[in-house]
Amino acid sequence: MKIVNLLRIALRAIRRNKMRSFLTMLGIIIGVGAVIAMIAIGQGSKQSIQSQITAMGSNMITIRPNSNIQGGARMDAGNVQTLSEPDVTALRNNAASISALSPLVSARGQAINGPDNWTSSLQGVSSDYLSIRSWPLKEGVVFTDQDVKAATKVCLVGQTVASNLFPNGDDPVGKTIRFKNIPFRIIGLLDKKGENAFGQDQDDIILTPFTTVQKRISATIYYQAIFASAINDQSTSNAVDEIQQILRTSHRLQKGMDDDFTVRTQAELISTFTSTSQILTVLLAVIAGISLVVGGIGIMNIMYVSVTERTKEIGLRMSVGARGVDILMQFLIEAIVISITGGLIGVVLGIAATRGVSLFLHWPTLITQSSVVLSFMVCFITGVFFGYYPALKASRLDPIEALHYE
Amino acid sequence: MIVDIRNLRREFRMGEEMVRALNDISFTITAGEFVTIMGSSGSGKTTLLNIMDCLDRPTSGEYFLDGVDVSQLSKNELAGYHNRKLGFIFQAYNLLARTSALENVELPLMYNKKFSPRQRRDKAMETLKNVRLADRMHHMPSQLSGGQQQRVAIARALVNDPVMVLADEATGNLDSRTSYEIMMLIQELNEMHGKTIVFVTHEPDIALFSKRTITLRDGKIIKDANNNHVRNAKEVLANLASLTEIQNP
Ligand SMILES: Nc1ncnc2c1ncn2[C@@H]1O[C@H](COP(=O)(O)OP(=O)(O)O)[C@@H](O)[C@H]1O
Ligand SMILES: [Mg+2]
Repeated sequence: MKIVNLLRIALRAIRRNKMRSFLTMLGIIIGVGAVIAMIAIGQGSKQSIQSQITAMGSNMITIRPNSNIQGGARMDAGNVQTLSEPDVTALRNNAASISALSPLVSARGQAINGPDNWTSSLQGVSSDYLSIRSWPLKEGVVFTDQDVKAATKVCLVGQTVASNLFPNGDDPVGKTIRFKNIPFRIIGLLDKKGENAFGQDQDDIILTPFTTVQKRISATIYYQAIFASAINDQSTSNAVDEIQQILRTSHRLQKGMDDDFTVRTQAELISTFTSTSQILTVLLAVIAGISLVVGGIGIMNIMYVSVTERTKEIGLRMSVGARGVDILMQFLIEAIVISITGGLIGVVLGIAATRGVSLFLHWPTLITQSSVVLSFMVCFITGVFFGYYPALKASRLDPIEALHYE
Repeated sequence: MIVDIRNLRREFRMGEEMVRALNDISFTITAGEFVTIMGSSGSGKTTLLNIMDCLDRPTSGEYFLDGVDVSQLSKNELAGYHNRKLGFIFQAYNLLARTSALENVELPLMYNKKFSPRQRRDKAMETLKNVRLADRMHHMPSQLSGGQQQRVAIARALVNDPVMVLADEATGNLDSRTSYEIMMLIQELNEMHGKTIVFVTHEPDIALFSKRTITLRDGKIIKDANNNHVRNAKEVLANLASLTEIQNP
């Protein structure tokens, strides 16, 4: 029998039992819808974390002091003081794979502009910092190396700081604010950066030359971190090796001693986060997959009922010349049509649900082509797998007995 | 010789007991014959017809259909025989419910790869016209009378141009007038289209429409006789019509 004829018979049988066919499909519809929505949510959060991390600057390398066993006492990471001026000089002179460097010295405190005040973080950095973070200025200029040398009291403010200190919308550039009672002249306004992967507001920040923080506020010669930029993506791991060697030399660490600093790249951060969200995606997909299997069992159940109900029809078809394989194909195709139709509706529903999630919950989502193709194939396989045994049963009926079945 | 049956036996095992439905049966049918098989209920008529239609296999004995030993055929070859060589008419019509007369008649052609959808439709329509149901093509079985349903079933048996048509109590569910209409169709098929007909019935007056009657009892042939006074169904119907006119002028 031709496949078109089989399809026609299957469609007719499905149409004849609309409600039942729909209820049978429901399992598949929910299964596929769930697979697509779940994967879209998983992929969406993965992608948004990735792009946020990349937005921090993809070649960025962070060096932080590390608690090293010193005299048998492990020190709290925040108080470790191992990074300072000679390290930056050594890196600047010897690391070939690094294009930019900036120390970080930060202080928290209250910034005041007339009657308005706002508690924020004052971060002392070099003039290279913004290029390392790939963070453009919205207005004004960046401080110069000259400002760094002179520890000038100039600053750049983030959008959150600007809107809190200048609530009536005045242009902050050119104004002077006070931080811990020291006047800072605002020379630039940073572009909006949004929240980072940890949910922190990155625009709640004031940038100033690191020397200014060191000399006028913290009275320290140490850095909380050093930021660096590899010359390009490929040289990131070279840069990490170079940094490690240079800093070990500069810190006079003997062979066998642990590093007293940690070097991290964006790539590592990305992979940590993506593997977490990968697990999430797999987990969601497994849950959704289980509902697909349940849907398949529903199909199998209904196909058994359908075969029993239509025993007489099967006998008649055999008596007018249907071969076993024709009957097998008839019921198999019916099962596949049910599962694929369910799959189609499920895809539409899954996409709608995904849209709903992004629209109403503001979750990041990403519908991938592969998830649609995958769930479609799973549907087809479900139809074949769960439709096969009922169809086989039908094809093996004895025509005379089938004809006399009541 | 279209049918050659030799020493045919069919036994059913019912637990301990053995039912001999057919017990050493031999006969032949030549192409173009119209044979009635008579016998009381349980005499083995249906069992014999099922074997002749290749739906069932004998316990022993031989059955040559159109010169071919049926026992040597594979299941798929048998399906081909059902489809192209044999037409079967049931007592209970066995039409597919909620399926139009036309689609019911198309059914055997669905399993015949030679027919395109267009040819299938045309052939089914033509066959329905031959059984005088052209105006009922799109009716569902539930919208048809018993006689009309049986005519659809006859069209279905004929649509593939079989060499032999087998009917099992085809008039069993019908009143006598409708039965005669069916017999008229069967006679036409035999006389005008040259089809071999094997017609099972337990009603003696129906047997009178054929030239030859084989009578079964307890699985054996007790009589195989020619009928020299074949009734013509068309005439019988015409008489019936004039009779009704006289009764209700
Ligand atoms: N499938 C079967 N299993 C057991 N016995 C059967 C079966 N089919 C027919 N028989 C028996 O075979 C005998 C002949 O039956 P059947 O051919 O149907 O008779 P008829 O059609 O002449 O009424 C009966 O005694 C019946 O009970
Ligand atoms: Mg019978």
